[in-house]
Amino acid sequence: MVPLSWYIVLSALMFSIGVFGFLSRRNLIIIFISIELMLNSVNISLVAFSHYLQSMRGQILVFFVITVAAAEAAIGLAILIAFYRNNPTIKVDEINLLKG
Amino acid sequence: MLKYILIPLLPLLSFIINILFGRNFIKDKAHWIAVPAVAGSFILAVSAFMDVQAGNVINVNIYNWIVSGNFNVTIGFLIDQLTAIMLIVVTSISTLIFIYSIGYMHGDGGYYRFFSYLSLFVFSMLMLVMANNFLLLYFGWEAVGLCSYFLIGFWFHKKSAADAGKKAFIVNRFGDFGFGLGVILVYLTFGSLDYLKIFSNTGIVLGQTINIFGNDIDLITLICLMLFCGAIGKSAQIPLHVWLPDAMEGPTPVSALIHAATMVTAGVFMVARCNPLFSLSHTAMNTVAVVGGVTAIFAATIALVQNDIKRVIAYSTVSQLGYMFLALGVGAYSAGIFHLYTHAYFKALLFLGSGSVIHALHNEQNMQNMGGLKKYMPITYGVFILATLSITGIPPFAGFFSKDEILWRAYSGGELGKFLWLLATVAALLTAFYSWRLIFLTFHGRFRGTHEQEHHLHESPRVITVPLMLLAIGAVAAGWVGIPPLLMEHGDKIGEFLAPVLGHPHGEGSHAEEMMVMGMSILVAAAGWFIAYQMYVKKTDLPMKVGAMFQPLYKLLYNKYYVDELYSRIFVQPVLKLSDKVILGFFDAKIIEGVVNGVPNLIGAFSNKFRKIQTGLLSNYGLVMAIGALAIIGYIIFMR
Amino acid sequence: MENIILNQLSYPILSWTVFLPVIGALFLLFMRNATLIRWTTLLVTAATLVISLPLLTTFDKGTYKMQFVEKHGWIPSWGINYFVGIDGISVLFVFLTTLLSILCVLVSWKAIETKVKEFHIAILTLEAGMLGVFVALDFFLFYIFWEAMLIPMFLLIGVWGGPQRVYAAIKFFLYTLVGSVFMLVGIVVLYFIGGNTLDILALSAVQYPVKLQFWLFLAFFSAFAVKVPMFPVHTWLPDAHTEAPTAGSVILAGVLIKMGAYGFLRFSMPMFPDATKFFMKPMLILSVIAIIYGALVCLAQKDLKRLIAYSSVSHMGFVTLGIFALNSQGLEGGILQMLNHGVITGALFLMIGIIYERTHTRAIADYGGFAGLVPWFAGLFMVLTLASIGLPGTNGFIGEFLILFGAFKAQKIYGVLAATGVILGAGYMLWLYQRIFWEKPNPDWTSGPHPVWDLNLREIAALVPLVALIFWIGFYPDTFLSYMHSSVEHLLENINKRAYAGQENLTARTIMEIF
Repeated sequence: MVPLSWYIVLSALMFSIGVFGFLSRRNLIIIFISIELMLNSVNISLVAFSHYLQSMRGQILVFFVITVAAAEAAIGLAILIAFYRNNPTIKVDEINLLKG
Repeated sequence: MLKYILIPLLPLLSFIINILFGRNFIKDKAHWIAVPAVAGSFILAVSAFMDVQAGNVINVNIYNWIVSGNFNVTIGFLIDQLTAIMLIVVTSISTLIFIYSIGYMHGDGGYYRFFSYLSLFVFSMLMLVMANNFLLLYFGWEAVGLCSYFLIGFWFHKKSAADAGKKAFIVNRFGDFGFGLGVILVYLTFGSLDYLKIFSNTGIVLGQTINIFGNDIDLITLICLMLFCGAIGKSAQIPLHVWLPDAMEGPTPVSALIHAATMVTAGVFMVARCNPLFSLSHTAMNTVAVVGGVTAIFAATIALVQNDIKRVIAYSTVSQLGYMFLALGVGAYSAGIFHLYTHAYFKALLFLGSGSVIHALHNEQNMQNMGGLKKYMPITYGVFILATLSITGIPPFAGFFSKDEILWRAYSGGELGKFLWLLATVAALLTAFYSWRLIFLTFHGRFRGTHEQEHHLHESPRVITVPLMLLAIGAVAAGWVGIPPLLMEHGDKIGEFLAPVLGHPHGEGSHAEEMMVMGMSILVAAAGWFIAYQMYVKKTDLPMKVGAMFQPLYKLLYNKYYVDELYSRIFVQPVLKLSDKVILGFFDAKIIEGVVNGVPNLIGAFSNKFRKIQTGLLSNYGLVMAIGALAIIGYIIFMR
Repeated sequence: MENIILNQLSYPILSWTVFLPVIGALFLLFMRNATLIRWTTLLVTAATLVISLPLLTTFDKGTYKMQFVEKHGWIPSWGINYFVGIDGISVLFVFLTTLLSILCVLVSWKAIETKVKEFHIAILTLEAGMLGVFVALDFFLFYIFWEAMLIPMFLLIGVWGGPQRVYAAIKFFLYTLVGSVFMLVGIVVLYFIGGNTLDILALSAVQYPVKLQFWLFLAFFSAFAVKVPMFPVHTWLPDAHTEAPTAGSVILAGVLIKMGAYGFLRFSMPMFPDATKFFMKPMLILSVIAIIYGALVCLAQKDLKRLIAYSSVSHMGFVTLGIFALNSQGLEGGILQMLNHGVITGALFLMIGIIYERTHTRAIADYGGFAGLVPWFAGLFMVLTLASIGLPGTNGFIGEFLILFGAFKAQKIYGVLAATGVILGAGYMLWLYQRIFWEKPNPDWTSGPHPVWDLNLREIAALVPLVALIFWIGFYPDTFLSYMHSSVEHLLENINKRAYAGQENLTARTIMEIF
């Protein structure tokens, strides 16, 4: 039986990798993947707690997260493609339309 | 008695018809509407006069004009002895002036406009004299001011005319400022604006005071002085006389109307109308008398050296109005009104006569360019002589009787009265001098104008000379209704007629003194003639020498004591400068707008600093989020 | 309810009056032809006037109560009702609004060439908003109308205005909005203090603590003073007037700025009687400053529209002076002068718009000698000038005289100072008249490429009703004054009875304690 803490550590590691990827990479696709990584790390911890606490709530929440992640990926990629058509780049440091 | 409402309404109707249809339909037939209207008013006025003489004083309220809370003013008319006389004066002279204008204004582009304004003028003046309360009086009061504005500025393409019209209105507004406040104060004091209610209830103000800036001022004195402010403006007394000479910019019939029948007599009429109030305050009475006396001599001195024929007559009007106020101020109300009435005829005559001269000379007004006109214009010359005899006070012409009564009543009016009598007598000397100077310069000697003018010299047409001759009858005979009891028992018919309204005390003093006053007035009149004759007929180089000898004085008089310049310097320019540079240029644009635009600008400046935070780079936002998340986690773990 | 009279007519007259323009605006959405749009708008505004006329004819002048009242539940859980009605104070403004709206359509006939549909929709919604403000008796409803009215006005200035229109529009909007926000706070406070209701009549009957009155008065004052506009928050007015299209200027001068004074009468005075008495003197002082200040600025103005705008500041100073004289003459004079000012200044802006169409210049120096060129125009302008300077026989005199009388009765010095404004008024208006109409004409207008032409029938039709009103009120003001007697008496009674009723006096010292 794998103890809960292992799952937590795995989840934390995955989340940190996601965060690192999100902050350090320039490619938008990679950034999206990093976000997915973070979301899934959360999912892992949710499922782990769900099993540990013998409650289905965590797993229900996981389904929500997966749905939202799918929607987010779809919309995000759509925006990305729309943007790419106007400016042929997907490097985030060249995208600063929101500059104040 | 409602038919008498038509007296003002007929001219009003003429105004409305002419102003609406004159331009496109009536055009040069405007007099066919205006003259019958004013003549109709005259006939009704005579009928009203007869009615009043038979003892019927008419006082009717037509409808409630303004009602608010306990404030209530009606539109209503009062025709008593005073009003009846005024009605006769106004309508008779206006009728003649209207007829005269047919000839004088013939061919003018604004012919219809001229007659509509004249009609409105007469309407306003009739409303003024027929009102039975102060507010309706105020209505007429402002309306005559308005009409004078229209008519003085009649030839509006000339800047000087436009300026003069505006000046007349605004200077009058200064007087009306006091008058209007006076009316309000009257209402607050008496609870009514109706003459008869107020005059029957004057007792309640005795001893009442009003506190102004910590000083207790006698209420009735304050009321009277405020009302008198209006009279000063309207009747062109010092210090608000400045508009009247400039009013010469209007066509000559207008000058005659303003100076003789309407407008300037309003002030005299109003003070006479309010005599029950004025009689209660010595201070106010003395003020009236002194202002009158000083104005009489002040204006006369200016008239001595003016060269514009109408200007001389204008200053003589100011001076004669001074006489009237002098009379009112010493309590001789009926003498004041009597002089108003005789003055109306001879002054109208002088103006219309000068108009005839100006007409003949194609708008030449400078007397230095006239001379020798008597052989070209015998009728004008004749009526001019009659008017001058009347104004200088030679018996038995009209002016003699009214002026004599004023002088006598002043003489018998205590020490102040004696002083004022002296002023008035000197003024009479000056009056005689400048009046004869005018005659000699205009009609005697040789013609000094251009050949072009000389070639066209002619007597004016019948439509002009007939009104002149009719007025001449008035200038000669108008005074015969007021022969002093000294000369004829019950000769002072006008005084007795007015007695129910104005009272009729006669001056105190011996017959010898009265004879002396009378003799003096005739003497100075003759002396004035003599000096003028010497200077302008016998030794024509004398005026130049005298002028050179008293150069500064001459300049002072010629420039009218620099009053216009003074007012411009201390009132007009500073106010304009204040409003332009300080109020608009600095306060409004800099301070208020500074705050109004400053606050948003300040906020804008702050925002400009803060917006730098928004780099637009995703990774920056992500980093901040991460740090924020860490901070929250740290807070939860370590701080709790 | 004892203080309202329900609508006795067979149809909801006030709702029809307010919402007919909205219905008209909806119809306009489906139209394309500009001429059709103009005629439809004209018809709708005319119909609104016709519908509103029974308000005047069947009005019961003998009572102060709200009449033609309609009351329906709207959001009951918050105590919000659809509640409308008019009394002697508001009835005349409903009339003024419906009248001026027609004239605005008439005067925009040729002047507006772009976005015709949107323009007329804006005019109609604006009319509805203004009418709503005057008839609303529920704060929620009132505030909606109060703010809603800003939007079409903002658009009118910002879209169809002059060269500086965007600046002017934003300035106008923000200025008024800042004031209104304080009022909103005040309304919320009233809701909780006054017993969870937004019923204006019910809130007017509540006795508020004196210190609270002080603050609430200030909150409402900030909204109304900007609208009036009182010195020193008047600077939006000249910009808005100058840049607005003619119709906008007419509405602004005619109706919009009356709402400030109306607000004082409807809210500040009955709700906060103690504060009203306490603030009487400062208000009188501000009014006198506005009168003289506005007049002095007019003397220095070189822009035609700005001059009339500043003259509005001066004239509205008279209105607030009369209102805060707190006696029947002052109040009635103030209310009448609001109507008068709407008529006179509305007409003045109409005329300036008309002449601007011909000359395309607002600089006074470009004019001169117009009396000879456009005599009918000059004549009518003279009538307006005279009414503006308060010549007896015109409506301006009745209003100004009553106001001066009231002010003099209340505090002599303010009456005297305000009367100097009458002299200055004559000065700047006559000078303006001289510079435009007298002296030598500028050759451009006589022989140059831009000859000017006199009034046409449409323009005369727009001006004649106003000129008729000027003389009507001037000679027989009773027609209009009689509407307000009962309401004004009731208002005064209310103030005098309730002020200082059993509470500590609102004096300088108690105010100091608040801080």
